[in-house]
Amino acid sequence: MSAKEEILSRITAALHDAPNPGPVPRDYRTTSDMAEAELIELLVDRLEDYKAHVDVVDAPGLPATIVERLKDATSYVIPHGIDERWFDAADTRLRIDAPGAVLSVSELDETSAVLTSSAVSVAESGTIVLDGTANQGRRAISLVPDHHVCVVPVSSIVRLLPEALPRMDITRPLTWISGPSATSDIELERVEGVHGPRQLDVIIVKGL
Amino acid sequence: MSNVFMGMPALPVFGDGNLHIEEPFPAAAHRELGNTQMRANLRHATHTIRDKRLKVVAELPDWEELRDAGSATKDLVMANLPALLEEFEKNFTARGGIIHWARDSHEANKIVADLIREQNTTEVVKVKSMATQEIGLNEYLEEQGISAFETDLAELIVQLGHDKPSHILVPAIHKNRTEVRDIFLKEMPNVDPNLTDEPRLLAMAAREHLRRKFLSAKVAISGANFALADSGTLAVVESEGNGRMCLTLPETLITVMGIEKLLPAKEDLEVFMQLLPRSSTGERMNPYTSLWTGVTEGDGPQNVHLVLLDNGRTAALADKYGRTALNCIRCSACMNVCPVYERTGGHAYGSTYPGPIGAILTPLLTGIKSEENSSLPYASSLCGACFDACPVKINIPEILVHLRGEDVDSKRGTKKLPTQMDLMMKGAGWAFSSGKHLALLEKGLPFGKLAAGRDKKIKRLPGIAAGWTQSRDIPAPPAQSFRDWWKKDHTPVAPTHQQEN
Repeated sequence: MSAKEEILSRITAALHDAPNPGPVPRDYRTTSDMAEAELIELLVDRLEDYKAHVDVVDAPGLPATIVERLKDATSYVIPHGIDERWFDAADTRLRIDAPGAVLSVSELDETSAVLTSSAVSVAESGTIVLDGTANQGRRAISLVPDHHVCVVPVSSIVRLLPEALPRMDITRPLTWISGPSATSDIELERVEGVHGPRQLDVIIVKGL
Repeated sequence: MSNVFMGMPALPVFGDGNLHIEEPFPAAAHRELGNTQMRANLRHATHTIRDKRLKVVAELPDWEELRDAGSATKDLVMANLPALLEEFEKNFTARGGIIHWARDSHEANKIVADLIREQNTTEVVKVKSMATQEIGLNEYLEEQGISAFETDLAELIVQLGHDKPSHILVPAIHKNRTEVRDIFLKEMPNVDPNLTDEPRLLAMAAREHLRRKFLSAKVAISGANFALADSGTLAVVESEGNGRMCLTLPETLITVMGIEKLLPAKEDLEVFMQLLPRSSTGERMNPYTSLWTGVTEGDGPQNVHLVLLDNGRTAALADKYGRTALNCIRCSACMNVCPVYERTGGHAYGSTYPGPIGAILTPLLTGIKSEENSSLPYASSLCGACFDACPVKINIPEILVHLRGEDVDSKRGTKKLPTQMDLMMKGAGWAFSSGKHLALLEKGLPFGKLAAGRDKKIKRLPGIAAGWTQSRDIPAPPAQSFRDWWKKDHTPVAPTHQQEN
């Protein structure tokens, strides 16, 4: 008998006297209504609690805010699908990561920052989801550089996690980010900044 | 459920690995209690996390509804496990992942070592994983000439300190910042000799130490927090980004996961990803969660494996009173609130799984008769704090009592002569069966008073009752029983209703 067959038959034997469980009660909150201003306020509060830096801007102000946030970067990477109005193609610090023209791990390690968009955000928990589509790029680019500038369109913000999941394509490689990298491993006190980006700047964009 | 069971149930097959405790809990606890530094560290850490957890749990108006959904989902998973495992395998395989099944720790270890060898490397990076801790993977790989580098900060502290984990979430919880600094100074090559004990600087030192490993590793090993059957998706929940590094940069990823980790569908994440972070680190959400479904071209590892592990889980599932222990999502809330764990620490439990959940899970995985594991269900005052804290509502006190019964029953058949406990219980049964029996026994009270002597304390009881007086005295019994006193002091008021038998 293969290991699979044996384990499955052990389970079947183990369950011979198991009761049939009832349906799962889903009486928790799955919908909400919150005005846009409150939603933004909640997300900002949560992200700042995680020690992320947050800007809230109108769409026309986005490029200038990006320039400001990246002003100290010696170099930065963007995924190939970033809106071309968001960056200056002539910037010599710019590196574009695209299928067929990917940066190596050591090139990413020498890159000081990364600019991405995001797929969906959960205000209540301060969580931003990246799904690897063309304006967010493959996972490595938002991981290896030490400074992540992340754009969150207001239309992608929901209040609750149950409202966010239907917006996610679960078979894509997903990264849920709630603040910069942190640890609670020493005396269970949270300290920001370990292996992932130590600096997280979030730009929430109204009208986008 | 589509599986129809026919015939007699087979005997359960128990697990092995780092689950068999060598020393009975009372002896280990007694020794650990002497470590006052550890007790101070644990008190500080467990109280910090309790307050944080309570604060973030109180924020959610639907916490109890989430617990109900979590508990019911896990019950559903266990009842439909064969079908869900098949569904998961089909979807994970369709997306380019490769599944391996392992009956026990030895089989799992061998599968992993062979997969590493196929990549012609002798170094791997690891994300914290209870399953690989349980099967003793690091020790096995070392025997095979493969070095496994733990990348979680707490695991790194334990590994560098040649120590053992004492908590499932924060394995180095028994060490304070100064002790961590000392370990780094002694064991970490190229560390700054002026390193202070500030946690932020200690975390930076770990970053420097592991950076090259992450960027150059060819193979990573991980556990998994959840697996979604309807899509074949795996999830790892973490804080530091070491998980993202391991799950993203190497070409080969090998995940080891217990068969009970499945969830039916994507929507179940909306429950568990609210329950888990708030219960474990007391955060609204952990900094990073990674989800992957087989292989994604051009993004992350292209050689993706999953080892599905039994190692006693089917034996635990066969215990109809204990099977809900498998619903555990390894959040560690139960140990953080446990008065026993807070004082003895995790090492006293001797198994990969300490604390209240460990006291039930360990003997369920190995069988109650394994070595000293039968002492674990007694490592509790049955106060019930663990049950209240459990995000999936595992009734730990009830299972502890059930396992104590299993232990007593398993020993009953093996002894020819009745034990002291048997005789005491028999005596108690006789005494409490009738008022007359009790009255007769109570005539002995003045002798108790005599035995207590001048300071009116009995300091040592004979036989097994000596365990009770080991850490406390019994006050001298009164000269007369309550019933005698009542008879003398109270004349019946309404004799017409009095019926003497």
